[in-house]
Amino acid sequence: MTLLIAAALIHAFAGILSLIPRTERRTAAVGVAGAVGAGLCGLPPVIACLVNGSVETFARAWSVPYGSFSITLDPLAAFFLLPLFLIGPLASLYGAAYDMKKQGRDGTWFFLHGLLGGMALTVLSSNTVLFMISWEVMSVSAFFLVTRDHARETVRRAGRTYLIATHVGAAFILGFFLLAGRNAASLDFADLSANAGSTPAWLLLLFAFLGFGAKAGIMPLHFWLPEAHPAAPSHVSALMSGVMIKMGIYGILRVLLWVPLPSWLPWILILFGVMTGVWGILFALAQRDLKRLLAYSSVENIGIITLGIGVGLLGRDLDLPLIAAAGFCGALIHVLNHSLMKSLLFLAAGSVLHATGTTNMDRLGGLAKKMPLSASTFLVGSLSICALPPLCGFFGEFLLYLAGFHGLMTFLPQAAIPLSLAIGGLALIGGLAAASFTKAYGIVFLGQARSPEAEHAHEAHPAMFSVMIILAGGCVASGLAAPLVLDFVSPVVAQLTSSHAGQVRILMRPLQETFWLTTLVGAHLLFAIASLIFLRRLYLARRSVKETGTWDCGYAAPAARMQYTASSYAQPMIFSSLLRPWLRPRRRLASPKGLLPSAASMSTSVPDIILEEAAEPFLRRVADLLVPLRKFQQGQVQLYIFYIALTLLALLAWKAG
Amino acid sequence: MKSGFDTVMIFLVLSNLALLGSSRLGMCVRALALQGLVLSVLPVIVDMADITARDLTLGLGTMLVKGFLFPWILLRTLRDAGVRREIEPYVGYTMSLIIGAALLALALWLDRRLPLPHSFVSPLLVPVSFFTIFCGLFILLSRKKAITQVIGYLVLENGIYSFGMALAHEEPFLVEMGMLLDIFAAVFVMGIAIFHIHREFEHMDTARMTLLKDDYSG
Amino acid sequence: MESGMIMTLMPVLLGMFLAPILPGLVNRTKAVLAGRNGPPLLQLWFDIMKLLQKGAVYSRTATWVVRAGPIVGLAALLVALDLLPFGSQSALLSFNGDLIVFAYLLGLARFFTVIAAMDTGSAFEGMGSSREVFFSMLAEPGLILSLAALCRHSSAMSLSALYPLHDFTQLLAAPHIFALVAAALFIVFLAENARVPVDDPNTHLELTMIHEVMVLDHGGPDFAFILYGAALKFWILGSLLTGLLLPFRTGSAVADLLMAVLAQCGLAIAVGVVESMMARIRLLRVTQFLVASSVFAAIALGLLLR
Repeated sequence: MTLLIAAALIHAFAGILSLIPRTERRTAAVGVAGAVGAGLCGLPPVIACLVNGSVETFARAWSVPYGSFSITLDPLAAFFLLPLFLIGPLASLYGAAYDMKKQGRDGTWFFLHGLLGGMALTVLSSNTVLFMISWEVMSVSAFFLVTRDHARETVRRAGRTYLIATHVGAAFILGFFLLAGRNAASLDFADLSANAGSTPAWLLLLFAFLGFGAKAGIMPLHFWLPEAHPAAPSHVSALMSGVMIKMGIYGILRVLLWVPLPSWLPWILILFGVMTGVWGILFALAQRDLKRLLAYSSVENIGIITLGIGVGLLGRDLDLPLIAAAGFCGALIHVLNHSLMKSLLFLAAGSVLHATGTTNMDRLGGLAKKMPLSASTFLVGSLSICALPPLCGFFGEFLLYLAGFHGLMTFLPQAAIPLSLAIGGLALIGGLAAASFTKAYGIVFLGQARSPEAEHAHEAHPAMFSVMIILAGGCVASGLAAPLVLDFVSPVVAQLTSSHAGQVRILMRPLQETFWLTTLVGAHLLFAIASLIFLRRLYLARRSVKETGTWDCGYAAPAARMQYTASSYAQPMIFSSLLRPWLRPRRRLASPKGLLPSAASMSTSVPDIILEEAAEPFLRRVADLLVPLRKFQQGQVQLYIFYIALTLLALLAWKAG
Repeated sequence: MKSGFDTVMIFLVLSNLALLGSSRLGMCVRALALQGLVLSVLPVIVDMADITARDLTLGLGTMLVKGFLFPWILLRTLRDAGVRREIEPYVGYTMSLIIGAALLALALWLDRRLPLPHSFVSPLLVPVSFFTIFCGLFILLSRKKAITQVIGYLVLENGIYSFGMALAHEEPFLVEMGMLLDIFAAVFVMGIAIFHIHREFEHMDTARMTLLKDDYSG
Repeated sequence: MESGMIMTLMPVLLGMFLAPILPGLVNRTKAVLAGRNGPPLLQLWFDIMKLLQKGAVYSRTATWVVRAGPIVGLAALLVALDLLPFGSQSALLSFNGDLIVFAYLLGLARFFTVIAAMDTGSAFEGMGSSREVFFSMLAEPGLILSLAALCRHSSAMSLSALYPLHDFTQLLAAPHIFALVAAALFIVFLAENARVPVDDPNTHLELTMIHEVMVLDHGGPDFAFILYGAALKFWILGSLLTGLLLPFRTGSAVADLLMAVLAQCGLAIAVGVVESMMARIRLLRVTQFLVASSVFAAIALGLLLR
């Protein structure tokens, strides 16, 4: 516990120290050292907690009324701290090399440490006030990081969208706490959870779902995510996607431990999970911007995690312990693995942006030759996120499938029906993910350069690609060691199913066996690949191996412009009668006319359906309704103070009268 | 002891009235300094039987910051920027004094009506604090110059501070929040003094901020 | 003991050696129905042997990915063979949930085939990739929901627990379920193996092809791997179908294996007959055809859940 407090303090100090004007190099050194130090301090207690399943509490009286300054490290908290302390230092190291020229006085490091420290305290805190303060520190720091490049209009727009979404979400969370704590003795979580039963559960859950769901990016509350992630510097995108949105998941899980749950809740979670997953990956497929694609893929993965939580709850409700364990375990493993692979993908996308100045896939291509390491690590990330064995992304989804198949065989319709929905959703997501990421990898890294910028790309800075290699190694290792990761997760699952870690381990033994055999399959796969490589070497050893132009079916001079683009790759899918109504793509077409046609062009775009059709019109309506209030805005400080004084007096008079 | 405390309270009231009634900026700043010094005595005499190191630190810090540092910064700003010494109020000085008296009456009335924790030290503490807060608000409302805005803000803050004294032993948090506000005020003063105003002080009239008004056409 | 081990290996060995005969059988059937003699049954084996003896030509645009594609694709299919039961013989490896690993191994093979095609930067191969991912995306739920329906029906979660225990008695006990699942699996089988009516491997216009157009730039041993992999895929997905519809059980494991091989040959002949009778459908119609697969499987599952 002392080490964890030290980690939080290190973040605070490093953030403040980075504000002192120095050379860029020194500022970066302070920033990175702080993040690495905090990571090193934070990891041992977190790992110890996950191994022992112990609960540690630290409470001191503090000056805030109703409660104490209390932080608690239980397995659930520890599990969400794990990606934070892993990805935080790596992303900082990457960030130091990523924008060496820009940093220094713009406060990037200050806010980065604010984000990291805020997230750590959010997870640890077990007092409402502390939680809300940490939550706000996290959210506001992220806002300043998103708007770092505020000279661009798109970035300002993204920052606005994010700020509105995150604050509306925070308001709902506050509302949740107020409702839950109505009759509680203090604002400490322990008292809150004891008293949460006195408020109708559906109301509490609605508030919690809206608040935490907005942070996590559950559809239809996801609309800020594809705006904010591409706008932020890439290492920040990696942190936001890899760690920050998981805070919403953490909040949901924490709430589930308090509130007496109605029986329809698993259904809702599974429905929203499937909807978020399928719709998220559909939008990812339709994107032309690499970072937007990755952001939508994060939405998809949040969907899978939500689905897993729903499956776990379903098992808990129906007293099917294996399904409960597999569901929760799948969700949690996916949280961990997604933080690895999505950070990796965002960092690799950052290298692309760094090298070419664009993330528009239609202007990229052929980068695998210019930046082989970034390309290979991106491939590892893509394979993981498509849940292909033996890489890490497979195992979370595998557990959910296993839970689903077990549920099908229980002959309880209330288990089998939602679980078959889950199975179908996962299968659809799997196919769509493969389509999205073959597109992302194939268009960006393979083929020929589609623009001069891509032509003159260069490999990333050593600090950047070494971080990416570490993360890629993490993806592989977490895949090969998946049976051991299962042990790691069992205390958390025990907490969520209110049983003991030992019981959960026994319960999950068959799953673990399955995992070992899957690893065996993976090993066999690697062996088969190795022997086939050997075989080809053998056959080609004495034969001619030549290089020539691509065979283009008889056409003599294939050019880069003739290649399939990101738009054309996805076009048959997003314009198919099946998917079109869900995406509402827009097409601008200037078709060739006449005998001697002039330049023709076609472009498609797929704006976010929720943002364009629901959120923005709604906000516009609200703004229109509020126009009369403009009278009160006169730009005179005195007048504003007059309003405050008037309010104050009115309140006093009300109290006095 | 009680009479000593009441004297302090009276000083506070008088300094407030001086702030409302004076036409010169320099005079205002001096009144503010007096107020700061008066306040710095409060934490020490609020509970004479039990003077802790904490009380002493608080008193000393208050004296340094409110009694000397802020007035010094304000006076220096006045001198450096060559600002005109008149206050330029929206509401005249006599009228201000009358309103001040009305505010005092309001504060006393509120003190009777509100279920407030009455200090054992002096029944005057709470109403005078209210009065100081109202005066601060009124100065903020009725004066044009940026520097009078700062003064108004500091007066408001002084009121909160002395109100906190009434609760000092029950809720140390409020007092500490008061200190936090002090720090904020310092930043406020520095910000105004050093950055923006210095450059364009001749024009430093808060009325000009109407330029910042949004032009919104639906 | 010795013979027991050989029997365990039989599903893998039979698949590895007999798979390339099935495409030969399809072509032979088509030739006979068209009044020609057709190539020999072992033509694919001859082609593979010949290709292995050749050198390789790679595109200048391509990277290591184009070389990795055929290898990973074939390796994934070989490993999928490990999980596949045959006749009444269990698979080499079987565990609860192996059918998911199985389905995702096919996904891995497809992923690498697709990116290897995109590596060359050819417009044709990009087009083929785009169509391949589209159609397999639609076929994937069909496959997994079919397997889910089978699991539900027989309360087993492993291919080796589903297929070897399946026989005609079971088939006739719930014929409507099996008919629906078989229809779903047949569509998946046709789509994944790029057969008529989803794709026509024999067209002469690259524009209309899906799978064949993705491998235009592969030659030599790489192309041998690809051809062999395609045959394996035919065998693997085919045996999911024949194991369901023609579960001959004679009481002897060896005879069961033999009957299963015959059933596979029957499937190849049936494919040949279908291809002789109908043409490829329009690309736009393929979507509906594939969605039908998921719908069939979902109906089967729904009937079971009722």
